[in-house]
Amino acid sequence: MRFLSRDFSYYRDLILVLTAKEIKVKYKNSILGYVWSILNPLSMAVVFYFAFKFVMKISVENFALFLVLGLFPWQWFSNSVSSSSTVFLGNSSLIKKVNFPRYFIPLATVFNDAFHYIVSLPVIFGFVLFYNITPTFSWAYGIPLLVLSQFFITYGCALATSSINLFFRDLEKLVMIALNIFFYLTPIIYDISLVPEEFKDYFLLNPFFGIIEGWHNLFLKGYIDWPLYFISLFQSLTIFAVGFLIFKKLSWKFAEVL
Amino acid sequence: MEAVIIVDNVTKTYPYYGYITAGFKNFLFNLPKAIHHTRKRFTVLKNISFEVYRGECFGVIGRNGAGKSTLLGLAAGVLKPDTGQVIVKGRISPLLELGSGFHPELTGRENIVLNGVLLGMTRKEIFKKMDEVIEFAELGEFIDQPIRTYSSGMVTRLGFSVVAHLDPEILLVDEVLAVGDINFQKKCMDKIAGFRKNRVTILLVSHSLAQVQKLCDRAMWIEEHEIKAIGKSREVCNAYQMA
Repeated sequence: MRFLSRDFSYYRDLILVLTAKEIKVKYKNSILGYVWSILNPLSMAVVFYFAFKFVMKISVENFALFLVLGLFPWQWFSNSVSSSSTVFLGNSSLIKKVNFPRYFIPLATVFNDAFHYIVSLPVIFGFVLFYNITPTFSWAYGIPLLVLSQFFITYGCALATSSINLFFRDLEKLVMIALNIFFYLTPIIYDISLVPEEFKDYFLLNPFFGIIEGWHNLFLKGYIDWPLYFISLFQSLTIFAVGFLIFKKLSWKFAEVL
Repeated sequence: MEAVIIVDNVTKTYPYYGYITAGFKNFLFNLPKAIHHTRKRFTVLKNISFEVYRGECFGVIGRNGAGKSTLLGLAAGVLKPDTGQVIVKGRISPLLELGSGFHPELTGRENIVLNGVLLGMTRKEIFKKMDEVIEFAELGEFIDQPIRTYSSGMVTRLGFSVVAHLDPEILLVDEVLAVGDINFQKKCMDKIAGFRKNRVTILLVSHSLAQVQKLCDRAMWIEEHEIKAIGKSREVCNAYQMA
């Protein structure tokens, strides 16, 4: 029993210290760390708002809020996945020598971006207030549930890209392209209702679709579309399982290939 | 005598990763060649068997590319042997290269915690040792400054100090024993002498025959991926010098 509890506190400390490192480093590089992490999705929101509202004249209800609701969670996902592709390479000297559980390194990356997403929620609440939307009780369980589903898909992708990129080192470039494609294939900057009927079903195949729709529904309409949530949770868990299997299969070769 | 590291008939081969690590693009454009090369494997260690006993200092010598670092990787458990087995009884503490596992933006104190957990300690255990680590590293007020402001000597001292205060059971050392200026080198050597008194096992890979002769009880000479000689460190070092 004593050994078990030591193991537990060791793993807890390891993930705590690794995540704290990422967060501290981000904030130490500039005092404006917090501002930077919200400025990127906000500036994108401004650009898309201008392009769609004034140039293309497409009308989506509460469009600024709509954009913010999609762009912030997307930033968590895309930052985690793109920066995780090089995390094992960046820690090569440790991986070659120390036998600590390697999957904690991308986990810390995902936690770091999750932390930034959660601390940026007040900004989203600001938009909610601005658009006179009344908070509902569904937020209390909806936010954690969506964060959970998004965590699994993000961590699964991060594990896969970080592991594979050690072998095929141009994967990070392909990941950037894939992220770009998925950004536009997910209804982040447009509403799903604008998509022609014959394509709509295919959107369900995109595992990030359910999550983004979840955030939209939760904050704009105050409810969770349960069937959609469970489809996306199932997809997230599948991606997590695949990512973890890839990691597991390759992790014994990390020290060889570095 | 109790063996704490048992390497039993170990063979380790690597595939040629060159075509893979050059990326998908390169792999696909050179597909037949790439598959052919990736299937071929080269041998790094062949039929290696030896034991390291509790409390002894065991040296490994040999030319570059003989397979010494792979041996440490196997002992540390980061590599898997193709055949044979490696049994390690006790907690392994690798002495890391200059500042690996440190982050330049974090302070000395934060880096002690970071390195400590990476090497297998809980925060509680680290905080208990914190003052000793800082004292030994002789960093003074710099301890609360980011590591990027340190000289390389200071980083090395801090790195050694963390590992030295881990309560290692088995210490893996790869060429990094003599760190810092003369005074600090002496302190390191004293610390290692202290380890030997406390029956800490040391596996030392080194190019410095003088160091191996001085510190190690026994040594092993690896040549062309096989054991060429194993025995008293003086005898093995002499044989190596003659060759």
